[in-house]
Amino acid sequence: MAKKYDAGVKDYRSIYWEPDYAVKDSDILAVFKVTPQPGISREEAAAAVAAESSTGTWTTVWTDLLTDLDYYKGRAYAIEDVPGSDDAFYAFIAYPMDLFEEGSVVNVFTSIVGNVFGFKAVRALRLEDVRFPLWFVMSCFGPPHGINVERDKLDKYGRPLLGCTIKPKLGLSAKNYGRAVYEVLRGGLDFSKDDENVNSQPFMRWRDRFDFCQEAIEKAEAETGERKGHYMNVTAATMEEVYQRAEYAKEIGTPIIMSDYLTLGWAAHNSLSKWCRDNGMLLHVHRAMHAVMDRNPNHGINFRVLAKLLRLLGGDHLHSGTVVGKLEGDREATLGWIDLLRDRHVKEDRSRGIFFDQDWGPMPGVFPVASGGIHVWHMPALVSIFGNDSVLQFGGGTLGHPWGNAAGAAANRVALEACVQARNEGRELEKEGKEILTNAAKHSPELKIAMETWKEIKFEFDTVDKLDTQHR
Amino acid sequence: MSNVQDYASRLSDPASRKMETFSYLPPMTDAQIRAQVEWIVKHGWNPAIEHTEPQYARSNYWYMWKLPMFGETDVDAILAELKACHEANPDNHVRLIGYNNFTQSQGANMVVYRGTPV
Repeated sequence: MAKKYDAGVKDYRSIYWEPDYAVKDSDILAVFKVTPQPGISREEAAAAVAAESSTGTWTTVWTDLLTDLDYYKGRAYAIEDVPGSDDAFYAFIAYPMDLFEEGSVVNVFTSIVGNVFGFKAVRALRLEDVRFPLWFVMSCFGPPHGINVERDKLDKYGRPLLGCTIKPKLGLSAKNYGRAVYEVLRGGLDFSKDDENVNSQPFMRWRDRFDFCQEAIEKAEAETGERKGHYMNVTAATMEEVYQRAEYAKEIGTPIIMSDYLTLGWAAHNSLSKWCRDNGMLLHVHRAMHAVMDRNPNHGINFRVLAKLLRLLGGDHLHSGTVVGKLEGDREATLGWIDLLRDRHVKEDRSRGIFFDQDWGPMPGVFPVASGGIHVWHMPALVSIFGNDSVLQFGGGTLGHPWGNAAGAAANRVALEACVQARNEGRELEKEGKEILTNAAKHSPELKIAMETWKEIKFEFDTVDKLDTQHR
Repeated sequence: MSNVQDYASRLSDPASRKMETFSYLPPMTDAQIRAQVEWIVKHGWNPAIEHTEPQYARSNYWYMWKLPMFGETDVDAILAELKACHEANPDNHVRLIGYNNFTQSQGANMVVYRGTPV
């Protein structure tokens, strides 16, 4: 029966809180950590979040009656305590498929993390996880190549890949920069990398950098007989510039380019990712700016969501945190999102912060990249934590070797291979790491010196963004 | 600088060519090779042997030695085929692959016999 128009402000709860709702396979599901304003009930706050991130506005409008709002609205369908918090709770919200444009990550997030994050009824709000239904996954573009195709293109199997960010990150001339690239590649790394803010500054314009780095790649390949790459960062101010740099990288025959997907923008990144598939170019993705969104445990967007959306937008590598280095990263949470980057089907696992089953269908996986503050002593733990399908990047841990970049690279490669060999023999890397490395160093003076150089370095600051666990 | 060691890799020195996974370690002993074969068998991967003249090592397609050993779990049988391939092609690189048919990729790939470098 048709409803009557009744102007005024209603409780959100009466419309947007549906604890009996049966979730549909086609729904986009989201879980928010909600810290409500004092005096507002959990149900009302959860319903308000559902309303403001879908069809609702603050007052009833007559045009509501021209549509079937019950069909189009998002609804809060469950509330749970947040372990260890008296204030916050988890609100589970289901959004019907019709609310979103196919293939548009931009559209989904403009809705679910849009105006609602500034909404007065909540003191803080954090998007913890999103379940993307298979219809949405399949409408997105996904990684240009994925893990297995990259392995085939580069002919590298049975081990993690090794990389290195060239330092100092700013200030080198293109020719000196290319020298650093050549040295790490000839020493045994698979990749070197532009840093996230290396674009086309006055001291090193992009074309000069690309030319010198390509010469470095080609000579190191001829010398070692192995395939190499340098992530040429094509991030720029406009898409015209991005495409110009990408086209040039292709023209000189380089295998991989790079984007900063958060600062470049999601639509721009999605376009670049499509270009990469069309042009046979691998795409490395840096996550500069992520901590602005994901570090505060009460407000923002958890990195697992940013990782999932990158897999949808497309990228062959994504920085994921190291667990053991200088940058933030809780071990279980990191294990959760590296599964979400790589696996075909990921089960709900609260111990890893995963709130929903996620089916990726046939969408290829993304290599997680562990980068930042790591060195040879971390290698056993890294191989154990990340497994084969990962890129391990040692910046200072390569370039800071007392004998230079090539020796630093060789030390890392020997350490990596020794760890892989030992793991395959059934040894426990995190327990026997010291013995494995010490033994490998007998045949590698480069590794021996590296182990002496970095022995004492430790990063033991407490993680700010921890999984929510009962701690009292 | 006297205690800085040179990194002795040269375009002109064939010994500088590497062979991907495990090629930065000393050659494996028979027992170590056996352990790596066991790793392939343990995962249910299909062992396969390929070889090439060293000057063509950068090609994706090395010569297949017979066919991949689908379903082979006998480590001695796999080691015997590696040896047979090496004896028939003593100057060639010989590698062992573990094909993972679920990922359509290779779970393992290592050169077991290094040919004469060029």
